[in-house]
Amino acid sequence: MNVIEVPRELDERGFDPLVGALVSSGGGRVLVDARWTRWMDPYGMLGLLALGTVAGRSGERPHLQLPAAAEVQSYLDRMGFLEQAAEIYELHGLLRRSRQTRGGERSSDIVLLEITPVRSHADVHQVVDRVHERATVLLAGQLGYPRSEAMQFSVILSEVCQNIIEHSGAHGWVAAQTYSKTRQLDRRVVRIAVVDVGMGFKASLASTHGTRYGDRWSDATALEAAFIHGLTRFHDPGRGQGLQQIRRNVGRWRGKVSIRSGTARIADVPDYDDAPPLEENLPPFPGAQIFIELPERAAHAAAPATAGRAQRRGGIR
Amino acid sequence: MNGSDRVVPLRFDLSDLVRRSVASLYSHLVTRPTGRALRIGIESQIAELGAVCVSVLDFTQVVVLDYSCADETVAKLLMRYQQPDRPAEAYFIARGVADRHMDALEAVLERHGLALAAEMCDGGPVLLGTASSLEREAWAALETMVRAEAGDVAGALGTSPREAGVVLDRLVERRLALKQETSGVYYALTGLVGASE
Repeated sequence: MNVIEVPRELDERGFDPLVGALVSSGGGRVLVDARWTRWMDPYGMLGLLALGTVAGRSGERPHLQLPAAAEVQSYLDRMGFLEQAAEIYELHGLLRRSRQTRGGERSSDIVLLEITPVRSHADVHQVVDRVHERATVLLAGQLGYPRSEAMQFSVILSEVCQNIIEHSGAHGWVAAQTYSKTRQLDRRVVRIAVVDVGMGFKASLASTHGTRYGDRWSDATALEAAFIHGLTRFHDPGRGQGLQQIRRNVGRWRGKVSIRSGTARIADVPDYDDAPPLEENLPPFPGAQIFIELPERAAHAAAPATAGRAQRRGGIR
Repeated sequence: MNGSDRVVPLRFDLSDLVRRSVASLYSHLVTRPTGRALRIGIESQIAELGAVCVSVLDFTQVVVLDYSCADETVAKLLMRYQQPDRPAEAYFIARGVADRHMDALEAVLERHGLALAAEMCDGGPVLLGTASSLEREAWAALETMVRAEAGDVAGALGTSPREAGVVLDRLVERRLALKQETSGVYYALTGLVGASE
């Protein structure tokens, strides 16, 4: 049994070492050990689902040792993680299942969108229907975005979810959560993760654009083609706008958007984050994993705290 | 086009249409299949009409409009009816356009080099998308006059009637204005469909 240890805190930065460990395991049965994990963001949770899906392709159903802390399990349950994970992993250490108990997050952190499978366009409609009002109120009220701009959140979600359906050839998941602060930023943020384990950008674009790049064609050049130049595998000139408009909106809000695919990651990186704009030679992983972070407007954060923002900042992190 | 007297205004409440033609549960204009279904629904109603029509794409009740849906509905409709082999003599204007729609509409119009006359929900008519400054000026002048000959618009543009005629013909070609060939009179599209309710 190959054991992959999940760090105490799992987010985008913690995902690559997990993939590296999976690659190093060389196949066979895998135990993903999250016993000591105390905190996961949407990317971390979806990353674990993706990791298990890929590990299971060897034919051996992977095992997941759940976090020992009851409040963390409670949070994972509330986010819908346990339900999704049970389809992928053999679960161990399940303590109890109660969606009523808050835990695994600060009291001021708000679940914006529970883990939702994205398999069809109907799922995209459901995601938008479910999240639109809540997200608009939250982005306008707590992040200080003008209401008309806050409404663009649903557009971002819609486009990023459609990316799975149109380009991956597989299903994926989406989730979103707000945080009162992060390691990099002492301001409220919304984090969105959209993850699939499909063909990835390189394979998706290869037939229409690979030849032009010749020997340079790689995960990194494929990501550049889609992310920077708006290329898609479709000949329709109307295609490829979704990612570009997501970048435009996230840039307008001084947030972060990154896409990992294959062995590369490309990102629009805000001032407060020190991630590189392009990473290559990462441990290989199928599909595309998208991370979006929308920060509270600086001017809004500097304003006197509202009752909502003045809630205690305890939590388990 | 042989006259504005036979132009039929045709209004599409997009929010209502998506519920009727895509699924009763959908309330937002998102995804390409939804956009395609909307476009097909609009095209079939235009075909049934069998007359020159100015179609009003009413966004008043539309809350969320994403790029994919806007591309499939708006951009592809405009492109189809700009083609010489268009299935019918249809013109389009947008109504009830708000800030929340602007990103998607402007993005898809600019992507395809299109323009669309729009009545904003909180203001007067505007020309969205791609157009030269002279085209915008001519369009705005015609909107003010509602109906005009090239010579009338030339005064507003500060050009010769011939030059104004060239610009106005370009607007007609782009389906942003309508021309009565026999009289040489140009019509603003918004003037043909009347004020919004």
